Amino acid sequence: MAARATVVQRAAALVGRGVEGVYVLLMNAVGLLMEPLQRLVGMRRMAWLFLLPNLLVFTIFILFPMVLNVYYATTSGPRLYPQDRPFVGTANFERLFTCTDYTNPNTCLEDRFWRAARNTGVFVLFQVGGMVAISLLTALVLNRKVVARGFFRSVFFYPVLLSPVVVALIWKWILQRDGVLNAMLVSLGGEPINFLLSGSWAMAWVIMVSIWANMGFYTLILLAGLQSIPVELYDAGAIDGTSTLQSFRHITLPLLMPTMMVVLVLALIRAVQMFDEVFVLTGGGPGSATLLLVQYIYQTGFGTQNPRFGLAAATSVTLGAVLLVATLLQLRIGRGSERHLA
Amino acid sequence: MSRRFRFIALLAAALLLYASAAAQVELRLTWYDDGPEGQVMRELLDRFEAENPDIRVVMDTVPYATGILQSLPLQLASGEAADMARVTNLGGLSQYWLDMRPYLSDPDVWEANFGPFLDWMRPEGSDAIPGFMTQLTVTGPFINRTLFDQAGIEVPTGETTWEEWAEVTRQVADATGTPYAMAMDRTGHRLAGPAISQGARFFGDDGHATIDDEGMREMMQLMVDWHADGTMDPEVWIAAGGGYAAANEPFINAQIVLYMSGSWQVGQFAELIGDAFDWEAVPNPCGPAACTGMPGGAGVVGIADTDHPEAVARVMEYLAQEEVLAEFYGRTLFIPGHLGLAESGIDFVTDIESARDALNVFASEVPNLHPTAYALQAYPFNFVVFDTMRDRLTQVYVGELTLDEALERIQADIDEVLREEGER
Repeated sequence: MAARATVVQRAAALVGRGVEGVYVLLMNAVGLLMEPLQRLVGMRRMAWLFLLPNLLVFTIFILFPMVLNVYYATTSGPRLYPQDRPFVGTANFERLFTCTDYTNPNTCLEDRFWRAARNTGVFVLFQVGGMVAISLLTALVLNRKVVARGFFRSVFFYPVLLSPVVVALIWKWILQRDGVLNAMLVSLGGEPINFLLSGSWAMAWVIMVSIWANMGFYTLILLAGLQSIPVELYDAGAIDGTSTLQSFRHITLPLLMPTMMVVLVLALIRAVQMFDEVFVLTGGGPGSATLLLVQYIYQTGFGTQNPRFGLAAATSVTLGAVLLVATLLQLRIGRGSERHLA
Repeated sequence: MSRRFRFIALLAAALLLYASAAAQVELRLTWYDDGPEGQVMRELLDRFEAENPDIRVVMDTVPYATGILQSLPLQLASGEAADMARVTNLGGLSQYWLDMRPYLSDPDVWEANFGPFLDWMRPEGSDAIPGFMTQLTVTGPFINRTLFDQAGIEVPTGETTWEEWAEVTRQVADATGTPYAMAMDRTGHRLAGPAISQGARFFGDDGHATIDDEGMREMMQLMVDWHADGTMDPEVWIAAGGGYAAANEPFINAQIVLYMSGSWQVGQFAELIGDAFDWEAVPNPCGPAACTGMPGGAGVVGIADTDHPEAVARVMEYLAQEEVLAEFYGRTLFIPGHLGLAESGIDFVTDIESARDALNVFASEVPNLHPTAYALQAYPFNFVVFDTMRDRLTQVYVGELTLDEALERIQADIDEVLREEGER
């Protein structure tokens, strides 16, 4: 037995030396390349050199399209290539924002933009609010010692793994006139409801479906946040006689706030960008009851035989600006609460 | 045979194979299917490839709404489209079509057989030959005859009106427990025929699209009323969101009594309905101004950006031959978009009596098509008109706009696109 253990130990040592040898060889090769480079550019500029590949990818695929989009927003006409498009300055923005009464989309030049903006506002408010609340509740429950905790964690996370198109199609089959839900209603003696034909029903379902599809991801983040809170704080609270509600309010919530801010920012960005699930589920209808801004951009720029790239780009720039301001605001509030906590 | 000789022979064969593959031109054809026509086209192309081994044609079959209506215009604008495409927006995208005239062996044959339809495909004032018609279409209603029989209600004949059809199909639906009396494809194109029948003129004195008149108001109000009282299937126009939607599935599933669509559905109905129930096409109902549907059609066009214009022209010349097209129209049950074949007649390959009768009904509708319907079909911006009519009218159904506001918006939408296109 002892002899066998010695053989295993020797083999392990041999493999270890082999791996070390390869590592040293590789590092020497990298050193051969890096040392003259470092001498050439200097120590301080090496950081930029390491960042260069990532910066290049970022510039080509993110920064350049953003700049191009701003340029498109100042041009007009049906031509696709920038050099063929006449410059019109702020005309597209003026068109978007020309309204006699901003509370009534019918008085706006681009009424569908304002309907989409209003719908997006409603969607973001209820979807993000609902998402954070339900995710937090689910995380709190899953953080306790409940039966089959691992199974339930998987169940709540499973919809996140599905493609948004699959999610929308499944729910479409459930909600349509001859769908599963109406079949159940009828079998229980009720009247079928045209869920996707009424504006308020359609919006409610769109919010519900997107919460169902995405809450697993946010639950997971919040669960990680909950598990990082030291148990000693709860023990200390228990000694001081705090109730469950008090320990949630004075221990869990403040310590979870940084994680909550991350969840809030991510959920907000995702909600404003919402397209695929809604597009497949309702197509923005009935009428324009569930038309969101990203779908408006898509339909104006790409979903028509006569695309209006300039107007679509102007909407995109506007949406980006609003999103930037909202994110900065959230981060500022988040930092404020962190400082308060410290 | 020595080993060296065998090696050299093998190498020579491989080189020959490689050389022939390298010399072969690959063309791509963007295609969509209404019925079985893709399969027929593939068989015809297989025969072409057997006779012309230097050309290979790959068919990329895409959905009509997303692939042809939405993606293709962008692919064309960015120069990324295929070499050929089957399209319905023949005039609106004509700047992207290939003029095959310099590559055709006999352009006069094309002018003689496709002349009137070539005008739909070419830019104004041009004599370009961009392609040929895979079908001529006429819009019109289909009815489920079995539901009429079950209800014991006579099918209206002679000069009928849309209002009469709405009334009688409601009675049939009530008597048979059918969910809805009528449905219409979600597009302004299908609505245009009935609107012209009611007196819609579509064009102002300056030749530009002008929408608001009594005829248009009358037809739109009928549509609004039919959606409000449950005559029309709301799943098609209201629940479909923003885009084209067909109502063929509820008709095939006997969930509607009357379906306003067009001749291209005949092949599909013959295949999918079979003998499940009796269906037939009926003449377009009348209004005070006409009894018209809309002409239309689909064509295969060459794309100007192709690297192989001569090869494209060779494929097109093969497909546009009278005997090849006769087989295509005959097997797909499409109305011929070829004047010679229209005159000589097509031997439609079907045992289904309903399909033959329906084709005859649609053929007999051609003389009734109103001049405004032809003018609208040839109008390069007709898709702008159709799309905004569809979307704004849906907003009226759901209460977002009044009919007056919708008509104002339709005109504003058209004017804005024309302004961006530099047409106004």
